[in-house]
Amino acid sequence: MKKTLTTLALGATLAAGPALAELTFPSLSYRTGPYAANGIPFADGYADYFAMLNERDGGIGGERINMIECETGYNTEKGVECYEATKGEGALVYQPLSTGITYQLIPRVSADGIPMHTLGYGRTSASNGEVFPWVFNYPATYWDGASVAIKYLLDENGGDLSGKKIALVYHNSAYGKEPIRTLTELSEEHGFELLELPVDHPGQEQKSQWLQIRRERPDNVIMWGWGVMNQVAIQEAVNIRYPMDQFIGIWWSGSENDVRPAGEGADGYKALNFHAVGSDFELYDDLEEYVWSKGNAAGAGDQHGTVLYNRGLYAAMIAAEGARKAQEIHGTSDITPAMMRDGLEQLEMTEESMAELGLAGFGPTFSASCENHGGSGRAAINQWNANEGKWEVLTDYIQSDQELIARLVQEDSMAYAEENNIELACQ
Amino acid sequence: MLYREAGDFKTTYREDSQTFPIRLDRTAYFLILAVAALFVPFVINDYWLNAVLLPFLIYAIAAMGLNILTGYCGQVSLGTGAFMAVGAYACYKLMTAFPDINIAIHIVLSGFITAGVGMLFGLPSLRIKGFYLAVATLAAQFFLVWLFNRVPWFYNYSASGQINAPERTLAGFRITGPETQAWAVYLFCLVFVVASAWICRNLTRGAMGRKWMAIRDMDIAAEIIGVNPLRAKLSAFGVSSFFVGISGALFFSVYLGAVEVGEAFGINKSFLVLFMVIIGGLGSILGSFLGAAFMVLLPVLLKNVLVGGLGWPTDLAAHLEYMIVGGLIIFFLIVEPHGLAQLWRITKEKLRLWPFPH
Repeated sequence: MKKTLTTLALGATLAAGPALAELTFPSLSYRTGPYAANGIPFADGYADYFAMLNERDGGIGGERINMIECETGYNTEKGVECYEATKGEGALVYQPLSTGITYQLIPRVSADGIPMHTLGYGRTSASNGEVFPWVFNYPATYWDGASVAIKYLLDENGGDLSGKKIALVYHNSAYGKEPIRTLTELSEEHGFELLELPVDHPGQEQKSQWLQIRRERPDNVIMWGWGVMNQVAIQEAVNIRYPMDQFIGIWWSGSENDVRPAGEGADGYKALNFHAVGSDFELYDDLEEYVWSKGNAAGAGDQHGTVLYNRGLYAAMIAAEGARKAQEIHGTSDITPAMMRDGLEQLEMTEESMAELGLAGFGPTFSASCENHGGSGRAAINQWNANEGKWEVLTDYIQSDQELIARLVQEDSMAYAEENNIELACQ
Repeated sequence: MLYREAGDFKTTYREDSQTFPIRLDRTAYFLILAVAALFVPFVINDYWLNAVLLPFLIYAIAAMGLNILTGYCGQVSLGTGAFMAVGAYACYKLMTAFPDINIAIHIVLSGFITAGVGMLFGLPSLRIKGFYLAVATLAAQFFLVWLFNRVPWFYNYSASGQINAPERTLAGFRITGPETQAWAVYLFCLVFVVASAWICRNLTRGAMGRKWMAIRDMDIAAEIIGVNPLRAKLSAFGVSSFFVGISGALFFSVYLGAVEVGEAFGINKSFLVLFMVIIGGLGSILGSFLGAAFMVLLPVLLKNVLVGGLGWPTDLAAHLEYMIVGGLIIFFLIVEPHGLAQLWRITKEKLRLWPFPH
C-alpha cells in the first residue's frame, strides 16, 4: 500500500515537473459568439507568435512556452471559470481581451499576485501603477483614444470645434462607456456638442441610433464598438449615406472584418490604431518559416496580416518581452508571476528593440515605470481603402492630451483606492 | 428491496407528513447535507468554488424562485434576469450605503426589495395570462435593465457603469471581495441554499402552496372554492422574486464581484433559469437543483473533457458544447417532458418494486 502511494506521488511530481519549468501564458480567447469575428484573428496572432518563439528560439531564455487557450465567449462567467482553471497552472500574465472580464479580474489578480496586461482596453485608470500595481494597459488607453480622435478632428477643422456636433455611438457596457468622461471634458473645453448613442449588447439592432444620427446630422461620429456591432454600424452608416470620412472608430472598431461586409460603401471609414498594419515585417518571414509552412498556424490560418492578427502578435510580443525582461532582472529563466510583474513594469519599447524583434516601426515607443502603466498614449489614424481592400495609415502617431488624462486618471484611480482601502505602491 | 416503505411505520401525524417519509430518502438527505457541510469545505479550492459550486448553488436558488412562480403557480415569467439584477443592485446600494452592517442581512434585505419589485410587476398577472403574461414580464426584463443602465444613482455614478462588490466580512471571515477563503464563501452560500430550499419546500406543502397549485391547475375553479387570485398570484410573485433576488445578490456580491447589468442580467439569464426549471421539472424543488446542475455543470464538464482531456481546439469544443447541451435539452423534453425530477420519481417507483416488478 505504501509503495503504491509513493509511486502515485512520484508519478504526480513527475507529471507536474516539466510543467513547472515552462512559461505559462493563458490565452483567454473567444472564437464563438457575437464577438468571434474579432476574437479569432487576435487569438490566432497570439498563438502564432508563441508557437514561433518555441520553434525558433526554443521559447524565451531557454524556457519553452506553454500557451493554454480557454474559450470565454466574451462572457464574464466563463471568463472567471477560465481564470480559475488556468491560474493554478502558473499563469504569468492574463490578457482577457474583454473590458468586462478585465473589471472582473482586476481585484482577483491583485489578490492572487498575477499581472494582467490589457493592451489598449480595460480600465483606463489602471494606468496609475500606484493604485493598480498588477495591471498594465500600455501602449495607449481608451481616454488616449478619445483625446487622439478629438485632436485629429481639431486638426481637420483648423483647430476649432466650437458649435460642432459629435456623436458617440458606443457599446452599452463598461467598455463603451469608458470614453464618455474624457469626451465630456473635451466637449466643454472645445465647445462641441456631444451626442451619446448607446447600443445594447450584442449590437445587431441599431436602426434607431442611426435614424437619430440622420435626424441630428452630427458633423462627426465616433464609435466604440466591438464584434458584430461594428459591422452593423458601418452598414447602417452606409445605408443612411453618412459620409464615411467623418466616421471614426476606436482601434477595436477598425479591422478588416468590420468594414468588409459593407463592401464599397465602407470606403473612407477611419479608425484609430496603435500599431502598424499589413504584413511587411521581418517577423512575418519567421512566422512563415517556423509556423505556417509547417501547418501549425492557429485557427484557419486565414487572418495573417489583418489588423487584429497583428494586434494579437503585438500582445504576445509584449508578454514575451516582459518575460525576457523579468528573466534579465532576476537572473533566472524560470520566472514567477511576481517576477513577470517586475519585467512588465520595466519594459521599454524603443525603435531599436522593435527592429531587433523583426517588427521595425510596428508600434509607438514607450517605457513603463512603477507609476505609469499606461504607456505613451499615442495612436494613429487609419483609413479603409475598399478598392484595394486594405487599411492605409493616414497620420503619424498623435500624442493625446496627457495633462487632461493624467488628471482624470488620478481622480478615478484615487477614488478606487479610497473605496477599496488600497495602499499606494511606488512610495 | 432496498428502497421501500414497508416496515417504515409511522405512529404520529407529524411523522407521516414529514418531507421525506421514506427512511432511505431521509438518510440520503442528511448524508448529502453532511457531506456538503462537513466534508466539502475541507477539500474545496478556488476552481471548484468559482467554476462549479458557486454557480450551481446560486442558480439553484434562482431556479427554486422561478419554480415557485412558474412551476407551482403557473405564471410564466421571462423577467428572472431583471429580478436578479434588482437583487444585485439592491445589495450593492445597501453594501455601499451601510458598510458596517452584516452582509447576510444585506442579502436578505435585497431579497425583500426584489419581492416588492416583483409584486409590482406581478400586478398585470391579475388580468393577463399565459403567453401574454410572459410578454408583460419581458417588459419588466427590458425596463429594469434599461433603468439600471440609465440612472447613475444605481451604480453610484461610477464611470464605467459597473458595480463592484466591496470587501465585507461575516464574523471576521471575508465573504465578498477578492481575498476570500473558498470554504467560507462556500458555506455562506450553502446556508442560503439550504434555508431557501427548506422554506420553499415547506411553503409549497402548506396552504399557500396549495392555493398556488389550485390557481395553476384552473384559476376559475380555484376562485370558486375560495382562493383569492389576487393574493395567491401576488404572493407567488413576491415569494418567487424574493428568492430570485437573493440569488441575484449572491451572484453579484459573492460570485462575480463586478457586474454589468446588460451582460450579466440580460434576457439570456432569464431563459437560462427558465430552461433550468423546465429541464429540472416544473413544480419540484429537487427539479430546481437538478436543472441548475444540468445547465451549469454540464458545460463545464464537457469543456474539461473535450479541451482538457482530449486536447481539442477550444472553438470546436465550444461549438460542440452548444450542440450537445441543446441536443440533450431536446432529448429530455421529448423523452421526459416533466423534467429530470420526473425521471427520478419514475426511478424511485421502479426501485420500490425491484427486483420483482410483477
